[in-house]
Formats: sequence, structure tokens, C-alpha cells
Amino acid sequence: MSDAATFFVLGASHHRAPLALREKLSLPAEKIAALRARLGPAAGIRELAVLSTCNRVEFYGVADAAAVARLEAEFCTLQGVPAAEFAAARRHAAGGDAVAHLLGVAAGLDSQLVGENEIFGQVKDAYAEAGAAGAAGPVLHRVFQKIFQHAKHIRTHTAITEGQVSVANVAVELALNIFGKLDTARVLLLGAGEIGEKTAKAFVSRGAGTPTVASRRLERAMELANALSALAMPFWLAPVKLGEFDIVVCATAAPEAVITRAAVAAAMRKRPARPLFLVDLALPRDVEPAAAELENVFLYNLDDLAKIADANRTARESEVTRARVIAAEKAAQLWQQVAPRLGVDGGSGTGSTADTAPVG
Amino acid sequence: MPNLTDRQWLWLAAACYLAGFTLGTVSLLRGRRHSRAAMFATLAAGFALQTLGLALRGRAVQGCPLGNTFELFQFTAWSSASLFLVVGTTFRVSLLGYFTAMLAAVLTLVSLAVPAWDAAQRTHIFGANQWIELHAALAVFSYGVFGLLAITSAMFLLRNYSLKSKHVGGWFSFLPSILDLDHIGVRLLGAGVALLTASLAVGAVYWLPHPETVNVAKLLATVAVWLAYALALGLRLGGAQPARWLAWECVALFGAALLSLAPVNSSRHPPPTPAASAASATTETRAP
Repeated sequence: MSDAATFFVLGASHHRAPLALREKLSLPAEKIAALRARLGPAAGIRELAVLSTCNRVEFYGVADAAAVARLEAEFCTLQGVPAAEFAAARRHAAGGDAVAHLLGVAAGLDSQLVGENEIFGQVKDAYAEAGAAGAAGPVLHRVFQKIFQHAKHIRTHTAITEGQVSVANVAVELALNIFGKLDTARVLLLGAGEIGEKTAKAFVSRGAGTPTVASRRLERAMELANALSALAMPFWLAPVKLGEFDIVVCATAAPEAVITRAAVAAAMRKRPARPLFLVDLALPRDVEPAAAELENVFLYNLDDLAKIADANRTARESEVTRARVIAAEKAAQLWQQVAPRLGVDGGSGTGSTADTAPVG
Repeated sequence: MPNLTDRQWLWLAAACYLAGFTLGTVSLLRGRRHSRAAMFATLAAGFALQTLGLALRGRAVQGCPLGNTFELFQFTAWSSASLFLVVGTTFRVSLLGYFTAMLAAVLTLVSLAVPAWDAAQRTHIFGANQWIELHAALAVFSYGVFGLLAITSAMFLLRNYSLKSKHVGGWFSFLPSILDLDHIGVRLLGAGVALLTASLAVGAVYWLPHPETVNVAKLLATVAVWLAYALALGLRLGGAQPARWLAWECVALFGAALLSLAPVNSSRHPPPTPAASAASATTETRAP
């Protein structure tokens, strides 16, 4: 590697770092500040942004090889992680390769769940934090701003973000296909298990109103209702009150169906114009399959949701290759623009020399 | 401005609608959402050209161009396109532009492809009475609303099928939500019934004192269409029928409404003799 200051990435992600190591490497905001303080201006790092998510801790900046080594050492010391353990999982790239990596990350191409949306916001937060800390200079400004443009282009011009790939999100997507908006949709959660809880949370996160929880054990229903800021309802009331809800998530451990076709038919008589979405996540099933025959009733069980999630995953993967080609072109163009600012050759991976004063 | 005849302008308008339909079809086949701006621009261009063609025709006949089957089809397509341009963007319903382009392309191309529908012998149906002209314009405009309603109803049926059969991927994913389509359908149905009611009311004011001038077949056809749509609206608002049934009714009723144009039109024309049919020429009006 060259001794010249160049744009670099250093870090570890879900690709090579197991969950236990990622937990140790995680950098909350106060620790990022502590690391910046430890490094100080003397470390020779001219610009630095820190991206810390549940799947990765990565540093993006401008520095020479010696300064990057100091950063690595200080980081390991701060986190109490043996240098060898970090070295085994780390990824280090410079120049155009680092730019390409950042673009892949921001576009969601490097995510565990390809195409996920959250990472884009997290990269933006990392850039904002660097700006607030006075650690973003001309190179980071240029690189990040262009990266955001290119990542948006990739996300909108390919189908990598289309279609949900988790059962809970597929259920939410289907509800949107039925109701358009979820803000007026009333959600009933039957059963207080983990999968039901996750699905109810997914509905709330996409704008659904206060859910209602019903469980055979009322105390468990109330516990979960507290956790979700939801309402609790006695379980026996659920079939009677079915018509008052738009989305019913069933995830009980009952050995037989708890929602019968007759109960659904009675509910629909009270609301003929409004659809009813039944999400049956239970095994054995909680809703009698014959309920799906009723007008305006949409019943999806675990298999149905899993099939849709699989199909979406396959569709996304087929788009990844196309997205990577676009990302490689955009990253190469960007590096060609940025490299002259660093006094290096934009055509090479790491570039060469130019000394300027460290930032901060 | 090029010195084209009204039919030539209308051919250009039809080409624009066809281009919009082709744009949407290609996008769907490629698994992509078409550009809303491009679709809007294509439909707007078609609408502008069609307005020009119909204006030329209107100037030539000195009235609203509703004098034969060709003009009725053209005016219905024009009404649907204008409604989409005015209210379509408010609905923000994906694929509505695509289906509107399809309907407008079919209506305009079919009417242009059958020269007999634009036969030269047109009857002065309106005489000098502007109220009757308003009656006819409102009636045909309501048919445009019902055309758009048939489109949203077809979209509803497709969305309902996709959700019931659990095929939600591919181009089904571009369809709007089932509840949005239902709400739009009810609003369009209300607007269409209101327009047709107003049209019949205006017509009745003129014709009630002169019942001998009313053609029974035309009256029955028009009242049957109005009654069927009004009944569908009443049943839907009263919660007496599911949204899917209403969607089927709206698709079928629009077909019936188009068929009802035949008795309406024949009431104004004496049946052509074979000799007259053979000799019939299409109306060609050139911009002065």
C-alpha cells in the first residue's frame, strides 16, 4: 500500500465478523466522540466519518497508511478487542475501491438483506455526525454527496428495493395493497408470541393505529400491550369483535382454528364495504381456510407469506448484478473526479501522494 | 399550423393515445412502472389534438359534434381523457393513465376505422335549441365518466383477483390498493349519475311539452342506462352489494352504454338505403 494520504475504508461487517464480535465493535455516539478525542489532530487523519450499525462498523476518511494503522490500534484499544481478532475480520480498501465499497453500502448492495432502506439513512447520519464534529473536509463532502446521488439512482433505477423479504413486512405490504394507507386501519393481534409481536410492530412502524392484543392469558396480553403501547382485550371477545378490525394477525398456539368461517361471515355482515385482512401466522392454523371464500376477505397463512417473500428475494437477487455494474461505473467516475483533489491518479486503486494539513 | 382536416387531427390524437398505451405496455412487459410524466404528456398531447379536431368539426356543423356514431365515440374518448387530465392526478392512481390511454385509443381508432360511422348525411338533431345541445353534451360527457369508471372497475377486479389468488408480484404490484379503487369508483359513479341526471332533466324540460318529438327507442335506452347506474349507486351506498359486484356491473354497464348509442344515434338518422350507404362519404372539414 502507498504512503500517500488517500480516501480509505477500514472496518468490519457481517460478511466476516460474527455477531459476538460485531457487538464488541459497536460504536454508539458517545464512543465515537471518545475515539475522535483519542485520535486528535496529531493522528494524521485529515477527514473521518464513522458508520456504526448492527451489521457493520466502518471508518471512511482521508489518511495515509500510517494514520490508518493508528486509527485501527486506537479503535481496538478503546473497544477492548484484540488487534488480531479485529484484523481477522476487517476490511481495508483505499482509493477507488473504497469509494465503490461506500456506494455499495449506501445503495444497500452490501447489506445482509440486499436493498434494505435503513442503511441509506444510517450513512447519511454518519456523514452528518462527521460534519458536526468538524471531521468532514472537501473530500468527504464531495464523496458522500455524490454517493447519496448515485445510491438513490441505483435504488430507483433497479428493482433491488422492491418487494419485501420478511414475513412481517410482506404482511404489511399486502395490507397496503388492500387499504392503501394504514393510518385508519385497526389491527387486532391474537396471541402474544414473538412472530405476532414482530408483525404487529411492523404494522405500527408503517403507520397503523394503536393495535389491540388478545391472548388466552390476559396477563400476557396486557404485558405485550404495554410493550407495544397497545390495548388488551379478553381472548373470548375476539371472534365477537372481529368486525371492528381491519387487520387480524393470528399467532396463537391453539390446537384448532379460533376464527371460524361463520365468525368471519358474521363480521363481514357488519362491514360489507370494508375489506378484512386475516394474517394467519399460526401452526396449526388459527383461521378456517374456508373463510377465504368470503367476499372482501383476504386470508394469508404462513406459507403464502413465505412464498411471496421468497419470490421477492429471487427478484431482488436478479437485479443485484445489474445494480453492481451501475455502482462500479458510478464509483469509477466519482474516483476520477476526487483523485486529483488528493493529488493521485484517478485510474489507480490507491493513488499517490499529496500532503496537506490534517483536519481539526 | 398545418392545414389538416378534422379527421387528420383526430388520427394524430389517436396516434398519441396509442403511443401512451404502447409506452405503458412496454414498461409493464419490462417489469417497470411507466413514467407518469411521460404518460401525462402523451395523453395531454392526444387531448389537445383531439380538441382541435373536434373544434374544427364543431365549427363546420355549427354545434357540438355529436351528430353520428363516429362523433359520439370521439366525444366519449375526449371526455375520458379530459377527466383523467383534470382529476387523474388528484387520484394519484398508478396505471390509471395507462388504462385511460388504452380506452381512448380503442374508441378513437375504432371510430376512425369505420368510415360508415362518419357518414356525410347528418341530421340537425339540435335544431337551434342550445338546451338540447347541452343535454346531449352532458349525456356524452357522463359516458366519458362511465368510461373512466369502467377502467377503475377493471383495475379493481384485477387487484381483487391478484389478492385472492395470491399473485401479487409482477405488474400486479403496480395496481393501486383495492380500497382506493373502490372509493374512486364510488366517486366516479356518483359524478356520472349526477351528470346523466342533469342531462335527462335538461332534455325533459324541452321534450315534455313536445312528446311527439321523442324517439321511444332512444328514450328507453337512455333511461335504462341511467336507471341501471343509479340503481348500482344506490345499492352500493346502501351497503347492499359488495364492491366486486359493483365493479363487474360498471364494466358491463359501460359496454351496454356504448351499445345504447346505436338507438340514440338511429333516432336522428333515417336508416340509410343501400345506394346511400355505398355513396356515403365521410365528413372532411379543413381548417379555414
